[in-house]
Amino acid sequence: MIGELWASLLESLARLGDTVRFLLRILAQVPRALGRLQLIVDQVFNAGALSLVIIMLSGLFVGMVLGLQGFQLLERFGSEEALGTAAAIGLVKELGPVVTALLFAGRAGTALASEIGLMRATDQLSAMEMMAVDPVRRVVVPRFLGGVIAMPLLAAIFSLIGIYGAQLVGVQFMHVDSGSFWSQMQSSVDLRDVNEGIVKSCVFGVACSLIAVYEGYHSAPTAEGVGAATTRTVVTSAVIVLFLDYLITAFFIK
Amino acid sequence: MRKSRALNLGTGLFVLLGFAALFFLTTQTTSHGLSFRSQPFYEVTAKFDNIGDLKVGAPVSMAGVEIGRVARIGFDSRDYKAVVSMHINSKFNQIPTDSDASIYTQGLLGGKFIGLSPGGSETFLKNHDQIDFTQSAFVLENLIGQFLANFSKNSGQSKSDAPAAGQPK
Repeated sequence: MIGELWASLLESLARLGDTVRFLLRILAQVPRALGRLQLIVDQVFNAGALSLVIIMLSGLFVGMVLGLQGFQLLERFGSEEALGTAAAIGLVKELGPVVTALLFAGRAGTALASEIGLMRATDQLSAMEMMAVDPVRRVVVPRFLGGVIAMPLLAAIFSLIGIYGAQLVGVQFMHVDSGSFWSQMQSSVDLRDVNEGIVKSCVFGVACSLIAVYEGYHSAPTAEGVGAATTRTVVTSAVIVLFLDYLITAFFIK
Repeated sequence: MRKSRALNLGTGLFVLLGFAALFFLTTQTTSHGLSFRSQPFYEVTAKFDNIGDLKVGAPVSMAGVEIGRVARIGFDSRDYKAVVSMHINSKFNQIPTDSDASIYTQGLLGGKFIGLSPGGSETFLKNHDQIDFTQSAFVLENLIGQFLANFSKNSGQSKSDAPAAGQPK
């Protein structure tokens, strides 16, 4: 029992080390991959523009729930006007980056992992190597960069829509004063809060994209292997994102 | 070729939307876009016994109109007072030198801000001037402490005229 636990611990440690080495390998290829911008643009489209609908819908509903819950709570203290502040800080610092990263892992991360995994299973990657094309540079790096670029933008859109969702519930449905909703938000949200959100979403972008391409690239070349890689992508991404979230939040506290 | 063009357009639109959202978050949800930093200002200082939890960036107002912001908060180690530097918008250059500065609280539990009330002097504050008349922040704990002290003293007197046993003379 202890032995199994120890073995699985060693196994995950080895996976972590392997992932970091894969990241270094990707980074080494980034300058040369930038020469073919069209490949990266395609992947920004795949990871970003195609995730837009789910991100916007989720942002709207998360914002609306935040507006409703926040209103119920703040009403007890007679300070409904602070709803704008509560919603904006919650979305910009925490919910925007984290929920976007989780949705991104589910929407774009799985697509990346299964696409690369299927390339592995159908020997497309080996074929590239035979033609002296580095599959890391041709396939992995553009997908990685596409995810890294898309994530902060998606998180910003999520927060923006979320704030309007909270405004919709708070101001239109619950009749919080619109002026104090916005002015209280502006006077108490600091540029530092927005920065924290941007830093978080950039880090999550790197983490989620890296996990997705790593799992896809190293999946077993079978139908089962691709499925397992996709599952691991979502599970690992979710855990890592929440762990990193705590770390970055702790780092940003004065 | 057509497909690639549509795809590029879609990507461009997405990136534009993303940056627009970032721009909105940095300018519209924070007070950064409304700061006095870009406008000409002059600096005046004031010394307070206690500034409570006044923060850098808090508004400075006169008759409820925001005329500037707190730029720096320092500490004078000779007379143990807080030194608050305020940037006042140059538009408001007719503040009498004998005006007094007080620290108020926005709402019951809101943040602190500085309110200036005008004096009667004919000369006006200039850059690097100091406001001499100040009133400290209203500290809720002190007030409650005073209230409790008064209350216990009064109730002690009303019960018996003899001095309370616990109080040393």
